[in-house]
Amino acid sequence: MSQHDHDAHSHGSVGSYVIGFVLSVILTVIPFWAVMTSAFDRATLFAVIVVTAVVQIFVHLKYFLHLNFTKEGKIDTLSFIFTAIVIVMVVALSVWIIYESVLMMMY
Amino acid sequence: MNLLGKLSWDSIPHDPIVLTTLAFVAVGGAALFVFMTLAKKWGWLWREWLTSVDHKRLGIMYIILAFVMLIRGFADAIMMRTQLALSTNGGEGYLPPHHYDQIFTAHGVIMIIFMAMPFMIGLMNIILPLQIGARDVAFPFLNNLSFWLAVAGALLVNISLGLGEFAMTGWVAYPPLSGLEFSPGVGVDYYIWALQISGIGTTLTGVNFLVTVLKMRAPGMKLMDMPIFTWTCTWANVLIVASFPILTAALAMLTLDRYLDFHFFTNDLGGNSMMYINLFWAWGHPEVYILVLPAFGIFSEIVSTFTGKRLFGYKSMVYASGAISILGFIVWLHHFFTMGSSANVNAFFGIMTMIIAIPTGVKLFNWLFTMYKGRVRLEVPMLWTLGFMVLFSIGGMTGVLLAVPGADYVLHNSLFLIAHFHNTIIAGAVFGYLAGFTFWFPKAMGFHLDPKYGKISFWCWSIGFLLAFMPLYVLGFLGMTRRLNSTDNPDWNIWLYIAAVGAFVIAIGIASQLIQLFVGFKNKDKNLDKTGDPWNGHTLEWSLASPPQFYNFAKLPKVEDLDAFTDMKEKGTAYQRHESYEPIHMPSNTNAGPIMGLLSTALGFALVWHIWWLAGASFIGLIVAFICRAYASNTDYYVQPDEVARIENEHLDNVAKG
Repeated sequence: MSQHDHDAHSHGSVGSYVIGFVLSVILTVIPFWAVMTSAFDRATLFAVIVVTAVVQIFVHLKYFLHLNFTKEGKIDTLSFIFTAIVIVMVVALSVWIIYESVLMMMY
Repeated sequence: MNLLGKLSWDSIPHDPIVLTTLAFVAVGGAALFVFMTLAKKWGWLWREWLTSVDHKRLGIMYIILAFVMLIRGFADAIMMRTQLALSTNGGEGYLPPHHYDQIFTAHGVIMIIFMAMPFMIGLMNIILPLQIGARDVAFPFLNNLSFWLAVAGALLVNISLGLGEFAMTGWVAYPPLSGLEFSPGVGVDYYIWALQISGIGTTLTGVNFLVTVLKMRAPGMKLMDMPIFTWTCTWANVLIVASFPILTAALAMLTLDRYLDFHFFTNDLGGNSMMYINLFWAWGHPEVYILVLPAFGIFSEIVSTFTGKRLFGYKSMVYASGAISILGFIVWLHHFFTMGSSANVNAFFGIMTMIIAIPTGVKLFNWLFTMYKGRVRLEVPMLWTLGFMVLFSIGGMTGVLLAVPGADYVLHNSLFLIAHFHNTIIAGAVFGYLAGFTFWFPKAMGFHLDPKYGKISFWCWSIGFLLAFMPLYVLGFLGMTRRLNSTDNPDWNIWLYIAAVGAFVIAIGIASQLIQLFVGFKNKDKNLDKTGDPWNGHTLEWSLASPPQFYNFAKLPKVEDLDAFTDMKEKGTAYQRHESYEPIHMPSNTNAGPIMGLLSTALGFALVWHIWWLAGASFIGLIVAFICRAYASNTDYYVQPDEVARIENEHLDNVAKG
């Protein structure tokens, strides 16, 4: 197997990198602006930061990590999703377990 | 600075049992050394086997390692059973707590990490590339290195027998007991480095075989055309890649606690030992599915082959394995319901655990429906499979019982639990490996095992298992907890005696395993498998000679059906003679693997005994060996077409005669 036979789909074009970069800048500037100007109350502010951060994760995955659902890219995407699910499960459930057990010890 | 770290003459144990064992090992080792030297076999061993990157040879070496460690682990088991039979009713037995605690720890570590894992990985090594029509794994050198890292771990465990001590913490090594304060000796350090080194090897194996399955399938074989054993191994590899890093991290933190005065898991200075228990089982639970899923795959292949039918519900089998893999990641808390998290947490994990019984039940019904109206040939592998289906069901049901948090509060850490997990691991995983061992032995070695002793072995294992572990279920209900050194409850006597008898029956089973090997080898010429297809197999490994050509496939097969080889036999395209062959690109053997394995052993040993100069030197040696290997240029060669033609024609002539 040659090392170069998947070049075609895995390294986006200049255009796609620029799009990714611009979107990332916008998604970074919005929460930065929100914090600097104190435009919202505290709860809304946190929501804005979290939402823009999560959206930016997907921007990075699409434009910089080149995850997609084409025939060649599918396996990368699926393994990423599997890894993400396992990490979320293990970390979230661990936090829940330890949090609840510490709470029980306080009684 | 002390050149030998903590090591001194006092490190050699003065226990008569240990000294006798060491004497036997020394005599046996010397005999082997003399034999090898007289037969002038050292060069052959090094060139043909130890440095081999051939997945089939590595698989055979893995299984040899597994058998050696099975005997070591079983020696521990029978010592525990006799101790408990002698020390009941107020007796003291012959094993003092200091020794006994090391034995039950070593038994667990050896059986899981150095018997079951190498056995499973060995079978996967031999068969998986053949089943998908590949010439080797994706990274042949890495495969060799993984093997040697497993050997390094096994060596460290065995060295601990003669130098120092092994952990006295149980195979889970929970802090604070495994912390420096309560385990100041070298036992836990042996445990840490043996698991850490072999664990890295296992992770590399997982990566290696995942890439192999994704990139090296024969032309025409889609993912849903892969044989079921390959699929279950693939799920196991997904679990390996996802879960072993958790073990690595948990052990690394325990190492920092013990070596550099960190406080991740200590009781004071902000640590919390529950974090270790949580991480350990986040690895430990997927680990048991890593062991049992490939065994399920082996049973599936055997049921299908020995009933002469296509496997019932292949797709549901693949999805059931996937469901078990995912669910296997969200049930780990059932190992520590009693740590006292909230009722909601316990309820969630209890229900998830019970749900796992559903995909497992799907599998059981698939095997039953495959046999339905089939012509079952009761060969040895099929016996193991039928025994598994009966005995494993008991283990499954007691598992669902333990999944109820309320019941678990009663049965936690009792012998009921011990009976349950031995029921699933012996009657599930081990029966599967022994079935696969008999099934694929002619493929790997070219001749059959002796069926008479195979059957004796099966019956001794099954009856011995029932005798040894059914009493433990009873003892669990009678309130006997695990890891006791001596007891004085008269109600327990009879059950402990029966369990000890069971251990001796299993001993006969293990001996019969070795005898069937010996008799099979002695009558080799009468039991040769010349066609390469002794059982009328369904999958591609049976299309090759036994043992397979070292390059596996002269021409990559075109796969058009799930049971690829049955399909070829029906269409008449099996055993085709070709006019000409292409040169075949093969990896060369390399001494980098065994050298790095040896250096890892030295590194682990030095870290256990705080011999810092040796630790530094072997670590640098490891890096240098790796860089040398990375820049080596003579890593491959071509097999020429005339040699391929000669080997292929010889095989096809044998088939025509057979």
